[in-house]
Amino acid sequence: MNLFRSRFAQAVVVLVIAFVIFRFGIRPPAPWSVLTLYMAIVLLAVLIYVSSDSDSWREFMRPIRSTLVAPDKRLARLVLLIVVPLLFGYYAYTQAAAKPQAPPELRAVHPAPPGSIQFRGKEIQITGLDNPLRKDQANFKKHFAAGAEIYIRNCVYCHGDNLDGKGHFAFGFNPPPANFQDPGTIAMLQEAFLFWRIAKGGPGLPKESTPWNSVMPAWEDRLTEEQIWQVIIYLYDATGQHPRRWESEH
Amino acid sequence: MVALLTLLSALPALAQDAAKEPAYRAFPLIGSRLAVWAIAQLHLNFAAFILGVPIFAVIIEIIGWRTGDAQYDWLSHEFVKLTFAAFSTTALLGALLLFLFIGYYPKFWTYMTSIFFPTYGVYAALFFAETFTVYIWYYGWDWLSGSRKWIHVSLGVLSNVFGTAILLVANSWVTFMISPAGVDESGALKGSVWAAINNFTWMPINIHRLIANIVFGGTIAAAYAAFRFLGAKTDEERARYDWMGYIGNFVALSAFIVLPFAGYYLGREIYAFNQTMGITMMGGFMSWLWIIQAILIGVLFMGSNYYLWLGMERIPGSERYRRYVPMLIGILAFGFMVWATPRSMVITLDEARAMGGTHHPVLGFLGVMSAKNTAVNMMILTTFLSFVLYRRANKVSTKPWVGTGMAIQWAALGLAAAVVIFFGVYGYFVESLVRIGFSVYQVLAVLGAIFVVMAIDIPMFKGARSTGAIRWGTIAPRSQYVLILLAVTFTWLMGLMGFARSGIRQHWHVYGIMRDNSVDAVTPAIGYAANMITVVTIAFFALVLFIFWLGGLGEKGRAEAHGHAAPVIAGGSDRRP
Repeated sequence: MNLFRSRFAQAVVVLVIAFVIFRFGIRPPAPWSVLTLYMAIVLLAVLIYVSSDSDSWREFMRPIRSTLVAPDKRLARLVLLIVVPLLFGYYAYTQAAAKPQAPPELRAVHPAPPGSIQFRGKEIQITGLDNPLRKDQANFKKHFAAGAEIYIRNCVYCHGDNLDGKGHFAFGFNPPPANFQDPGTIAMLQEAFLFWRIAKGGPGLPKESTPWNSVMPAWEDRLTEEQIWQVIIYLYDATGQHPRRWESEH
Repeated sequence: MVALLTLLSALPALAQDAAKEPAYRAFPLIGSRLAVWAIAQLHLNFAAFILGVPIFAVIIEIIGWRTGDAQYDWLSHEFVKLTFAAFSTTALLGALLLFLFIGYYPKFWTYMTSIFFPTYGVYAALFFAETFTVYIWYYGWDWLSGSRKWIHVSLGVLSNVFGTAILLVANSWVTFMISPAGVDESGALKGSVWAAINNFTWMPINIHRLIANIVFGGTIAAAYAAFRFLGAKTDEERARYDWMGYIGNFVALSAFIVLPFAGYYLGREIYAFNQTMGITMMGGFMSWLWIIQAILIGVLFMGSNYYLWLGMERIPGSERYRRYVPMLIGILAFGFMVWATPRSMVITLDEARAMGGTHHPVLGFLGVMSAKNTAVNMMILTTFLSFVLYRRANKVSTKPWVGTGMAIQWAALGLAAAVVIFFGVYGYFVESLVRIGFSVYQVLAVLGAIFVVMAIDIPMFKGARSTGAIRWGTIAPRSQYVLILLAVTFTWLMGLMGFARSGIRQHWHVYGIMRDNSVDAVTPAIGYAANMITVVTIAFFALVLFIFWLGGLGEKGRAEAHGHAAPVIAGGSDRRP
């Protein structure tokens, strides 16, 4: 009981509880990089709290100081002298040892689009471009149906029949195909951005857009301009997302 | 004679070579880009300091003048002394930067001159005016005292007017490089230079830099005070510099609270000017800078609050507010976690498969602007609450309406928090453009709550019963290291964000107008840039330490600084803020 009144013990308990919540309370599991970040923040907060007044800080330091200098803690010091370097050594080994998988990498959220692109010899201005088929509301259903057919014929294998990036081939790719249901993908972007990505795919990315890995084919050789706009209509309408609009000029 | 004839015959060839001036020259060893980058960043750091400090120095002088409290006058003089010491270094670095541009980027500089030549004269005139005004302000401190104090204060105000005008002129050059305006497709000026000055990002950067300069000036001045506190030999000295550190941090914190709003406005304007630039900055290869930025700003929030809580220890009566600390730190830590959560995470292939993509289905929601804006607004509200508790730590209101006043204050804070969270959550259910607009409501709610709370707090605690005087100089020494940490963190952050602002031009000197065809026409990786900024930050603090040391050296052997006694403020008056 006395142990849990100790500031040091309380700090340890908070850290352990935080770790358990972050490690086991989040499903699917949080990536190790995020877990480390969260734990670093919790550790900082705990240290700030225990040192935010002198009494608390003295109480927090008492067991540490005692372990380091008290004559009766000689055995504990000896154990720490062996265990702490071993733990650091183990950590260094796990970080340095070769693993049978590609190392984690930083990825950009969205590659930056060019101002204009060449589409089958025609220059298309991406900046400020809207989907021309949206003006044709009378034929919206027709465009949607055409877009759905194009999607099923060409895109479903990677992006999945639920448009969630879980197609048949998805598990063979790193990074996995985009999940259109995620509000952080197409809902964040103007339709012109999608037009560029579909038309040019991975091979057509400008060097400014790197680092970016993509196995997306360049669909400009297989789909017409209208077909690309149709499939874009399908992507937004089928997922219930709304395309980002351009901001008005100041 | 032969040599002379040979030289004469070679003159036309030399003249021809001179006429074919190269577009670039290579700076020895480190290359031209690194040389310009380092000197530009150092110049900007010093310039931010000498432009930021006088803004609050003159306000403090006015407070001292109107209240007749000599301590404020002493403090204002201390701040201006720091500015004064850094003045010549700023000018030297500015001249060095100019030489580097002319020598190593002659074609670029010729182009910039073709656009901005009319502003050069204005800039030089302003610089002379600023310099001489600050000279008279500093050296005339005693001469223009007493009944002539108003003239002295006016000089302080005037130096700020000139300083701000210098900032606006220099900003027009740098913002033109990001968002050129007033030129035709070949880059030639179409009409008046005003169109080039008043470009898309000019005003957002003016606002952002002006506020950031105050924060920066405050943190550096507080770091100076911490430096003097830690080396103090007497209790009086310790008390004085404890107070100075508190004021420096208070100034920095006050301006820092509104800085994220100005930054958001700037980011939005960059996005509106050019989508490619905006996406490069926020979602493209620079997106990871924002995670580093979030971590640094999280450290600034945590550090500022920590300093306030440590400071409460020297205030009798503050014990009753300690119970709020766990709640405050909980909100700050949670906000920090949300803000630092990346949208696209660093993951192994196994982790990506377990998550079903690069975006985590739960944590991914914390990676978008709705969550970030909510987190930062909550952190601002929390920091403000810390300050309010600090402010009233040794005061007990005697007003009969204190209960009602407190209730309204808590209601205002609660309502602001509710508005911030509501729009944060609602932002997930609307389209991007609408969501961006929500940030305005969140900001207004927070600023509104700050206004309401202070409007009640000031009269409520006017003439309040004191629970004891603040024991200046008794703060835990670790608090002073926090002040130094805040200054270093903010300097590093400025460098990092400066890289983001400049790097989004990518391979353009002037975006879309003048291509960078030098050997350095590649945007450096974030790690490379971070290392570079670290080196510049270390160099800056080495120079600042030298200046601080010089400042102390000038006082050695003198009991009084600049002729009037430094006030004794140990156990000082609780009239101070």
